[in-house]
Amino acid sequence: MAYFDHAATTPMLPEAIAAMTRALSSTGNASSLHTSGRRARRAVEEAREDIADALGARPSEVIFTSGGTESDNLAVKGVYWARGRKRVVASSVEHHAVLDAVQWLADHEGAEITWLEPDGLGRVRPEALREAMGEDVALVTAMWANNEVGTLNPVPELAAVAAEHGVPFHTDAVQALGAVPVDFAASGASAMTLSGHKIGGPYGVGVLLLGRDVPTTPVLHGGGQERDVRSGTLDVPAIVGLAAAVRHAVTHQEATAARLSALRDELVAAVRAAVPDVVVNGDPVHRLPGNAHLTFPGCEGDSLLMLLDAKGIECSTGSACTAGVAQPSHVLLAMGVDRALARGSLRFSLGHTSTEDEVRELAEAIGPVVERARTAGIAGMRRKAEV
Amino acid sequence: MRVLAAMSGGVDSAVAAARAVEAGHDVTGVHLALSAKPGTLRTGARGCCTIEDAHDARRAADVLGIPFYVWDFAERFTEDVVEDFVAEYAAGRTPNPCLRCNERIKFEALLDKAVALGFDAVCTGHYARLSTVDGRVELRRSADDGKDQSYVLASLTTEQLAHAMFPLGGSTKAAVREEAAARGLSVAEKPDSHDICFIPDGDTRGFLTRRLGEQPGLLVDDETGAVLGRHAGVHEFTVGQRKGLGIDAPAPDGRPRYVLSLEPVSGTVRVGSAEKLAVTEIVAERPVSRIEWDGPVECVAQVRAHGGTAPAVAELVDGSVVVHLREPLRGVAPGQAVALYRPDPTAGDLVLASATITTTR
Repeated sequence: MAYFDHAATTPMLPEAIAAMTRALSSTGNASSLHTSGRRARRAVEEAREDIADALGARPSEVIFTSGGTESDNLAVKGVYWARGRKRVVASSVEHHAVLDAVQWLADHEGAEITWLEPDGLGRVRPEALREAMGEDVALVTAMWANNEVGTLNPVPELAAVAAEHGVPFHTDAVQALGAVPVDFAASGASAMTLSGHKIGGPYGVGVLLLGRDVPTTPVLHGGGQERDVRSGTLDVPAIVGLAAAVRHAVTHQEATAARLSALRDELVAAVRAAVPDVVVNGDPVHRLPGNAHLTFPGCEGDSLLMLLDAKGIECSTGSACTAGVAQPSHVLLAMGVDRALARGSLRFSLGHTSTEDEVRELAEAIGPVVERARTAGIAGMRRKAEV
Repeated sequence: MRVLAAMSGGVDSAVAAARAVEAGHDVTGVHLALSAKPGTLRTGARGCCTIEDAHDARRAADVLGIPFYVWDFAERFTEDVVEDFVAEYAAGRTPNPCLRCNERIKFEALLDKAVALGFDAVCTGHYARLSTVDGRVELRRSADDGKDQSYVLASLTTEQLAHAMFPLGGSTKAAVREEAAARGLSVAEKPDSHDICFIPDGDTRGFLTRRLGEQPGLLVDDETGAVLGRHAGVHEFTVGQRKGLGIDAPAPDGRPRYVLSLEPVSGTVRVGSAEKLAVTEIVAERPVSRIEWDGPVECVAQVRAHGGTAPAVAELVDGSVVVHLREPLRGVAPGQAVALYRPDPTAGDLVLASATITTTR
């Protein structure tokens, strides 16, 4: 078995499992006033302080959510509503949690969108943002690291451009955390999305780091548990598990990045040796250490995925799913990649459990798999003559 | 064998896949995404392209313990089936999109891809029987007369059929539903799909008008040549149609009138009495034959998916099949397929040939 889909989700870290398991067996609603409630509240607040400390944020800036999608929706919609301005400036290569939230504001709330197109490497340029800015902008959103092609954006520079205009800047840092140094205060961002299960924490929990001075209208109304910006009973075990994972991710970030980028380079070299015409997508320098996004000309991504899966090698077509259908990636299309080539792409993402053995497994399998998928790709194009 | 099971999310393809697994084959399930914009919820019992159907197919594959993928054939389907359907109607013909889908999608685009990826066969939930006699593949009617789908498979070539697997051919629908329930497949009680999957509301006329716009023409009495009314396009009519002709005055003899023929160039729709619908000779082109044509062949001809059969004598003339019907058939339209069978009550009627109807007399 070889698991190359850590960007989709990565195995939980033992310390996160331990922390969460301990919390699962104790009762207490963190909003209750009695002893059990106070015990739960203490666990939550310690987790909040841990997370804030690890990420260069203040504890009061940590809003617990149900995950990346909720954090993105809260940042995009909440800030848009609170600011009362019409225009949203967003990169066109965002995750669908941002992309679709922005599009929804345009379709239902009268928002005007300015899409920031990336360069051919998938990078959003500060100059492009500067051109797009103006008086009427409610917020700017651009991800820290692209979940498909792995390209890193110059977040501090982008945030600085937004700040020149006094506009809040949101960044989805779900893929960046644990892979590159992430410091909320130093980044200049007003809001930052983080997710538990991408860093070895539990599913269903995330954080929106939100500056105290950033006006935000709630998306979920109710008990107002999180600074009156987010309601819902706090998931104490998940939050405790998340804090353990964040602590680990930040402490080991440098070592992990060094190990994974070496392993990733090995993977790319091995694939290239077997498939000389493979195309490596994304920025070769400014990129996630564990991400290799590859295009195999003449192949369909779904054929490659199935053939590799049958050999116990798991990766991703790295694209949005509608009923499980692989669509040509909007990220690659925005980068100017041809539709047919975009369909023949795979994302291999490494993580804390990745090994050299896994890379060797892929190296042995990829040549014949690509050859076979290529035949199928050509078959797919062929039209039989009329009988 | 390595078998690719096409799983629509319905009960038939789920049981077909289950039987392939049980027969010891190495089965992988695939759901074909055929709609560029799949609906999220099934509307009524219709359609086979919703996200819910993909989900049902996935759950069936889970229960069978086989790998499952969704493959995108929306582009090919749009091009080869939907656009063809629209073009055929615009040309005054009556196409069968299910037949076309079998020919071009399931047993061409999908089969080609499957074979290239190392599969030996494509398995579907069609009700038809396949057997190999002296190395030749034979296609026969299903054991369930009411569900028989050999008509929409009859145009497949021997090469296509050699890679096809229809595990339900010997069963009745009722038995298949029972088996699905016994196997714990949640789709056991799912209603049958009807009509045309890419027209989920069943309004073919509305669909065609949206696609083709209004192309006004005249409704003409075939006998007298009198103009009886106007219409918005020949695509709104099918040969044999009685309802919705939009004629105010009844025929002088008081009998109902039917569409007899469509002339797309002039936009003329000819109507007349029921007797005039009766057809005794059919000429059909591009035959796919499973017999050697050395003289007239006694057979039974079928002109639509269900019903519409008559004993006949067929022969090959200048590359086209000429079918002399011993009993007249009504509502035979150009564009439909005619399938020829040799009756066999024991093993199931044997498919001899299929061809596309060009003219009728």
